[in-house]
Amino acid sequence: MTAYLKLDHIDKHFDRGGSRTEVLKDINLTIDKGEFVSIIGHSGCGKSTMLNLIAGLTKVSAGAVLLENREVNAPGPERAVVFQNHSLLPWLSVYDNVNLAVTKVFGATKTKAEQHDWIMHNLDLVQMAHARERRPSEISGGMKQRVGIARALAMEPKILLLDEPFGALDALTRAHLQDAVMEIHARLGNTMVMITHDVDEAVLLSDRIVMMTNGPAARIGEVLSVPIPRPRDRIALAADRTYLKCREAVLKFLYERHRFVEAAE
Amino acid sequence: MSALAPTPAGAGPDRKAASPARGTVIALSRRPQPRFNLKRIGIGLAQSVLPPLVVLALLVGLWQLLCSAPDASLPSPATVWEQSRDLIVSPFFDNGSQDIGLGWRVLVSLQRVAYGFGLAAIVGILLGAVIGQSIWAMRGLDPIFQVLRTVPPLAWLPLSLAAFQQAGPSAIFVIFITSIWPVIINTAVGVRNIPQDYRNVAEVLRLNQVEFFFKIMLPAAAPYIFTGLRIGVGLSWLAIVAAEMLTGGVGIGFFIWDAWNSSRLPDIIVALVYIGVVGFILDKLVAFAARIITRGAATN
Repeated sequence: MTAYLKLDHIDKHFDRGGSRTEVLKDINLTIDKGEFVSIIGHSGCGKSTMLNLIAGLTKVSAGAVLLENREVNAPGPERAVVFQNHSLLPWLSVYDNVNLAVTKVFGATKTKAEQHDWIMHNLDLVQMAHARERRPSEISGGMKQRVGIARALAMEPKILLLDEPFGALDALTRAHLQDAVMEIHARLGNTMVMITHDVDEAVLLSDRIVMMTNGPAARIGEVLSVPIPRPRDRIALAADRTYLKCREAVLKFLYERHRFVEAAE
Repeated sequence: MSALAPTPAGAGPDRKAASPARGTVIALSRRPQPRFNLKRIGIGLAQSVLPPLVVLALLVGLWQLLCSAPDASLPSPATVWEQSRDLIVSPFFDNGSQDIGLGWRVLVSLQRVAYGFGLAAIVGILLGAVIGQSIWAMRGLDPIFQVLRTVPPLAWLPLSLAAFQQAGPSAIFVIFITSIWPVIINTAVGVRNIPQDYRNVAEVLRLNQVEFFFKIMLPAAAPYIFTGLRIGVGLSWLAIVAAEMLTGGVGIGFFIWDAWNSSRLPDIIVALVYIGVVGFILDKLVAFAARIITRGAATN
């Protein structure tokens, strides 16, 4: 089986004023269709850079990102991003934020009525249909992130990229949204790549967890499979042996073998 | 900030409660509320209107005192009222050619401002967008703009007259060239300050240049753009008076020059008040438009 998404020997460095900062070094990763992969690592390890490379927002220095065996080097709606800070346009209502994506992606293929149904369908998926006329400043952080997810889903992406989507949320809201994402993943079977620094979140949501070594020149340290059957239930998992073992493996990687050293820069 | 219409306290629920069956009980409790509101509105009005009125009265009194001597070089308020009453009380009389009300003159001037400033707004926003987008355009053009923007309106007039050979277009050009700089500079700053997040959204959606301009750039930079427009409209009103003084015609600026040449000082004073009030209204109009249009754009 050929890989759906393939990161092929990717290097990334930033040049600034004659000095070069190596961010990522020799990244190789293949992701299958429908898979949920988390990328975890300490801050500054380049995991966000890695997501931006897949999204095409940042160009690779060497190597290539392949989606269905075709190289991608520019952003596009088939790799939709859920941004860390939601990035909703504050002057548009919830509905119009999603509409912006829908008219751009489906303007030529769907009629106005179909577009409307599609927008409402996606807002329903994240349970935000009731707030469609509100502006982002009038809804809570968790709701904004839900709309961000709806906007990304509305592009009908081949891959959904989530950049620490729940990082700025409180624990309860985060749990709700994690459940929402799991449900969407189960329903639509999307391929999802998520950046996170939360071990529990990674284990709960992922089929595989990609663990990054510390930067500069971060590499993929280890890839851990999470063989827990879906649907997963956070309460039942709290005492599950496999869950605990996976959690321990990630913790060991992060805090024993690749302890974050503040002065490593 | 989103400026939502404040709901007037009281009025709504009160009316519902007034069912005929319980009229006697409610009658007492119903009356104080609207009265209280009226009083509040009255107090609010008094607080904002009374102080300037008092100060104005004091200033006019002082002016009357200073200029009532028989050998005073400037007319007193009483003289102004006596000699220019027709200009004050009826802004829109029309007795042919140059004998028309100041309202008409202001309208002619406003029309020129509309052309000049409208052009400046469109060109300024477009240029500002280009400069804000490109670091090299910024580096190349910004110093030049910073020098040009300090040139006073009147200094452009001779060149403008030479280039256009006609008074009308020259006046409009002077307004344009005076008011465009703050629009360009503020738009450029606004565009440069568009958060990277919005640019990322645009990139993921593959918005083209035109879509990006209308859907992201204009709304995101709107608060800055309106700051520029507000400064610009003020400058253009400054420029119109100066330009009309020299180009002639029917505008309010020429009226002042004409009045000076025929020693009608009271008329000049009336015209000054007209100009001041219209300038104030223009400024408030742009500010109002900004409030309506940029609702929510500043908050995230």
